[in-house]
Amino acid sequence: MIKKILIFIFITFALQVNAYSAGDQQKLLKVDWTFHGVFGKFERSSLQRGYQVYKEVCASCHSMQYLSYRNLGEKGGPEFSEAEVKALASQFQIKDGPNAQGEMFERPGIPSDKFKSPFPNENAARAVNGGAYPPDLSVIVKARPGGADYIYSVLMGYEEKVPENIKLDSGVYYNKYMPGNKIRMPKPINDGAVEYSDGTKATVAQLSKDVTAFLTWAAEPHLEARKRIGFKTILYLIIFSILVYFSMRKIWSSIESKM
Amino acid sequence: MSSTDYKPTSKLAKWFDERLPLLTLYHGHLRQYPTPINLNYWWTFGGILTFCLITQIITGIILAMHYTAHAGFAFGSVEHIMRDVNYGWMIRYIHANGASMFFLAVYIHIFRALYYGSYKSPREVIWIIGILIYVLMMAAAFMGYVLPWGQMSFWGATVITNLFSAIPLVGESITQWLWGGFAVDNPTLNRFFSLHYLIPFLILGLVILHVWALHVPGNNNPLGIDLKKDKTDTVPFHPYIVIKDLFALLVFLIIFSGFVFYAPNVLGHSDNYIPANPLITPSHIVPEWYLLPFYAILRSVPDKLGGVLLMFGAIFILFVLPWLDTSKVRSAVFRPIYKQFYWLLVIDVIVLGYMGAQAPEGVYLIISRVATIYYFVHFLIIMPVLGFIEKTKPVPISIADPILGGSGNKSFAKKNRNLH
Repeated sequence: MIKKILIFIFITFALQVNAYSAGDQQKLLKVDWTFHGVFGKFERSSLQRGYQVYKEVCASCHSMQYLSYRNLGEKGGPEFSEAEVKALASQFQIKDGPNAQGEMFERPGIPSDKFKSPFPNENAARAVNGGAYPPDLSVIVKARPGGADYIYSVLMGYEEKVPENIKLDSGVYYNKYMPGNKIRMPKPINDGAVEYSDGTKATVAQLSKDVTAFLTWAAEPHLEARKRIGFKTILYLIIFSILVYFSMRKIWSSIESKM
Repeated sequence: MSSTDYKPTSKLAKWFDERLPLLTLYHGHLRQYPTPINLNYWWTFGGILTFCLITQIITGIILAMHYTAHAGFAFGSVEHIMRDVNYGWMIRYIHANGASMFFLAVYIHIFRALYYGSYKSPREVIWIIGILIYVLMMAAAFMGYVLPWGQMSFWGATVITNLFSAIPLVGESITQWLWGGFAVDNPTLNRFFSLHYLIPFLILGLVILHVWALHVPGNNNPLGIDLKKDKTDTVPFHPYIVIKDLFALLVFLIIFSGFVFYAPNVLGHSDNYIPANPLITPSHIVPEWYLLPFYAILRSVPDKLGGVLLMFGAIFILFVLPWLDTSKVRSAVFRPIYKQFYWLLVIDVIVLGYMGAQAPEGVYLIISRVATIYYFVHFLIIMPVLGFIEKTKPVPISIADPILGGSGNKSFAKKNRNLH
């Protein structure tokens, strides 16, 4: 009976999870991400390259308002050195103020600044992008069913040949993995869109993989700590429960012998 | 059932206990409290639920220190907790998944009571308080889900508060009164936060009453029979039940940790990581998994008011369950026919839960209608009728004594003896 009920519970959970992710018409591309699994970790060099892709490609339209430049140097992330983070931040002109004269002014960025957004507000973004609003990318990986695989698939899903049954208006593009197959974002990444300093070949697949890993870290900056602490916690609980189990057997043995 | 022969030994303890008998209370209810010797692991969920409540309160208080209840800042403050607060991610994931674990435990707890007839005389009040706790839990969970102010928060709040507009004549006014405006907006978020902080303490108060009411007749047990007065049928709560509850809690915590550390978002909806936007409706508005069976009942009725009434009816029918069940035998162990209907009900509720996550159309709608009807048939027809027509198996006299001839209900047994 106990088994029966446990099976029920797990099936219920499984069904619910399935129910939420249902509706994807195209099977997503599966990547063997280094951050998946019990001991999952990010690949530092991939995160660093991913930041470069974001900065040079995505950031012209997409904000990442919940990240600060200091995050780029924190443990479990791209782990740029302190000097590198300062240099990266100072590339941006940040609006600050008001100063003693009551005027706003621009100054070079410092690590504690939030990522500079490409547009001052949503209307400005829509005006430039033909009415479409490029979403903030801070938690985009958690905000889409399919997560990292989905983001990667969309970046890889642009095809020249549009199926005949799909009619595209101007400013709308065909994407194999986007729900409804229509997307307002033109193909963002082409071969060699970014020049990697570490010599990695900048293919579309490589660029997409790196930027997706970077976005996954951005959405879940404490992923590595979470998995590390989780492993220790569960190990501790298993050992503790075994000890308690045998204590329980010892305590109940006097009762059971009487019965 | 809470007699204790405890006498304070130290002078200070004696002095204090004469003025406020806390120590006597502790010894009577947490140490010497006599518990049936044959309780199985389905009885460990009371302790697990207490743990869940305390965990939710502690993590919730910490989250409230960092959260901002404002439509413009709520989403960002949650991201602040996830990124910048020390171990904020862990506290929030424990709190969010803790709600799911709380409901998982409470469903097991409720279905245990249904199987072993724990709601029957003389435990009706324990059961009614329990259902009140369950209703408050749903209210707290729903309002808590609104607080991150994501898309599913906003639209979930819109759908649920709109239910009240189905009330004739005053519905519209009530809905606007709940919103604090003409749509779900900042005032709604503020009051939900306030109530979300209040309700757990109401639950805590009811939990104390729940345990108090339990300690009057004492625990039910898998055989569903009254205990013999001598001590062969019982063990003291400490250490026997304490260690067993602890073991069960630890196993429960392993599953809990699995969700918190390795699948923290799997029970949530990805749309809730999109900031609330009143201008864009998500393609699918679904509540959290633990509310899905009721959501399915709501949507299975073509009429809005009818759906609302049926949904609330599905919950409130539980309050009168002790009087709908006419069987004199408590435990399903001795009720061969009820046992089968019990499992049908379990399947029915799971089916309703699954349907609640689907779009209400085509075959899904038909199945959820059938499942809704069966839910009410179970409580309103099957339960009352079974008590009269079911031939129950003979019940043992006591737990220690395997001799048959007892009864699920002592007063019934006495009456029966007088008849013969």
